[in-house]
Amino acid sequence: MSWERIPGFVSVKEALGETTVTIETAWILDACEHARGEGFSFLADIVATDYLGWGDRGVSGYIGTAGGRDLNHPMTQGYQKLPESKPKRFSLSYHLLAMRQPPVRVRLQCWLDEDEPVQSVVSVWPTADWHEREQFDLMGIRFEGHPNLARLLMPDDWDGHPLRKDYPLGGEPVRFSEAE
Amino acid sequence: MTIAPERGSRSMRDWPVVFPPPYQGSRIPKRVPTILDVPAELLATGDVMQINFGPNHPSTHGVLRLIVDLDGEQVVGLNAVIGYLHTGFEKTMEHKTWWKCVTYPERIDYVGYQNAELVFVLAVEKLLELETPEKAIWMRTLLCELNRIHSHLVFLGTSALELGAISMFWYCFRERETILDLYEMVAGARMHTRYFQIGGLAEDIPAGFFPECRKFVEWMPRALDDYLALLDRNAIWLERTKGVGVLSAEDAIALGQSGPNLRASGVDWDLRRDQPYLAYDQVDFRVPCYRNGDVYDRYRVRMDEMAESVRIVDQCLRRLERLEGTPWIADDRKVVLPPREELHTSMESLIHHFKIVTEGFRVPEGEVYAAIESPRGESGCYLVSDGGPKPWRVHFRAPSFVALEATATCMHDALVADLIAIVGSLDAVMGDTDR
Repeated sequence: MSWERIPGFVSVKEALGETTVTIETAWILDACEHARGEGFSFLADIVATDYLGWGDRGVSGYIGTAGGRDLNHPMTQGYQKLPESKPKRFSLSYHLLAMRQPPVRVRLQCWLDEDEPVQSVVSVWPTADWHEREQFDLMGIRFEGHPNLARLLMPDDWDGHPLRKDYPLGGEPVRFSEAE
Repeated sequence: MTIAPERGSRSMRDWPVVFPPPYQGSRIPKRVPTILDVPAELLATGDVMQINFGPNHPSTHGVLRLIVDLDGEQVVGLNAVIGYLHTGFEKTMEHKTWWKCVTYPERIDYVGYQNAELVFVLAVEKLLELETPEKAIWMRTLLCELNRIHSHLVFLGTSALELGAISMFWYCFRERETILDLYEMVAGARMHTRYFQIGGLAEDIPAGFFPECRKFVEWMPRALDDYLALLDRNAIWLERTKGVGVLSAEDAIALGQSGPNLRASGVDWDLRRDQPYLAYDQVDFRVPCYRNGDVYDRYRVRMDEMAESVRIVDQCLRRLERLEGTPWIADDRKVVLPPREELHTSMESLIHHFKIVTEGFRVPEGEVYAAIESPRGESGCYLVSDGGPKPWRVHFRAPSFVALEATATCMHDALVADLIAIVGSLDAVMGDTDR
């Protein structure tokens, strides 16, 4: 199909055998409805990624050297190079599958700032219910129009969103560890 | 949606639904797709009782909590609560090197462990654009199919046990033991093998594996006949599974169901055949597909799949026997650990070993989504790399997580006793659900 006809189309990228179509955040619901009409009846996954500190030293531990060293040519040497910068803090990816022969997979992707909401796609694919709740719970993405946006995996009274990069590993407070 | 008129109408390859639906329209709850609400007029009568199943109820396959509204024996409301086994694997993996991460996925889906390990390894290899040797591809196919049999045996044993067929449990776990012994022979561990490495296999296939595995291949069809003889004409089993927990093809796709649950609903879809990975495009196997979408059909799909898996294992064995003496892991010293013997004689190998173990290898910047057909359905792995030695983001598309989304829809017109059968038939592993 021609990706340009998807509402809110920004760009399309082919990499590693996968198609990523970037969509304007405000248009994501229309884009998903359009894709469903085009035969993408199966929503495999919704996943958010936090790019806070992307390319900085320390957050994930290392600075990237991707362009510098070709892993398949052992003798090449690496030089420090920052990874490609991202437009906003969060990416939100919808992995769609069209069940036909040959099958077509596409990743619809939109970008979100902190506290920027996105429209829920539960009305398009009911399976989005728990996927969106999971991303809300662990990443703090707010889905507008979701019928039941409650925490899913963490306890209801949990503070913070554990998969964000500013949430420390071992971030659970230890009780009675200091003088109280 | 177009529906093909009859079974075997293979001309419609662009749409996988091959049977007419068991019910018309959609049964997915209107307000929230995963919560069955009690009708207001029923609630007003005051006869509805709310019962809490779990999270430690013995027949919920782990820590699943079901808040059930009952009108007598009738289930009129249902809310599945998960998260009791949430372990934060995805967060932990962001802080480990790629090399160390391989141990985690198999602990996520601890019944289909080998397939869970495979999907992560395949995703990393996709990012690295690394090719694996033929022997590794065939051995991975073999072990994944053994693992599929293992997983379906656990399903069959436990779900039959829950419906009172206790002897099934003993028989299934007898064959499961044999599979675990085979794993022990190959990897030294019965479960959670870490036998798949990025680039191939951890070790060569041990001497004596082929005859033992062949014994299993010869024995397993007879064991399957035993199971069928025990269950398939058992009046109680049939009564409790037929027509219970029905899910139509349209609802199954809308709810993202995959694997045996989808094929039981009449959708002829299997990633092994339709989007082949490993050596699945070179082996001959059939994809079982049933039409009613009830508990019985989900059980039949898994029974048939076990028979097909045995056939695949047999074909892999024949192929692997001819590949003896060939390499089992890619020859890329920047990614793959050098052979143990070389560490005593080669300075360079020692350095490579040290660098990979301490610092880890770097994976090029990018994002991928790899999907395979695990015993529970489409198991996916989404990875983001910033070009460093640790993953930036790891996410698993867990088939059990999605399977449990269908509980409310399947619960249409069910009794309490059916609830046990339905939850069992969806075959959710709670480690996989909660991650």
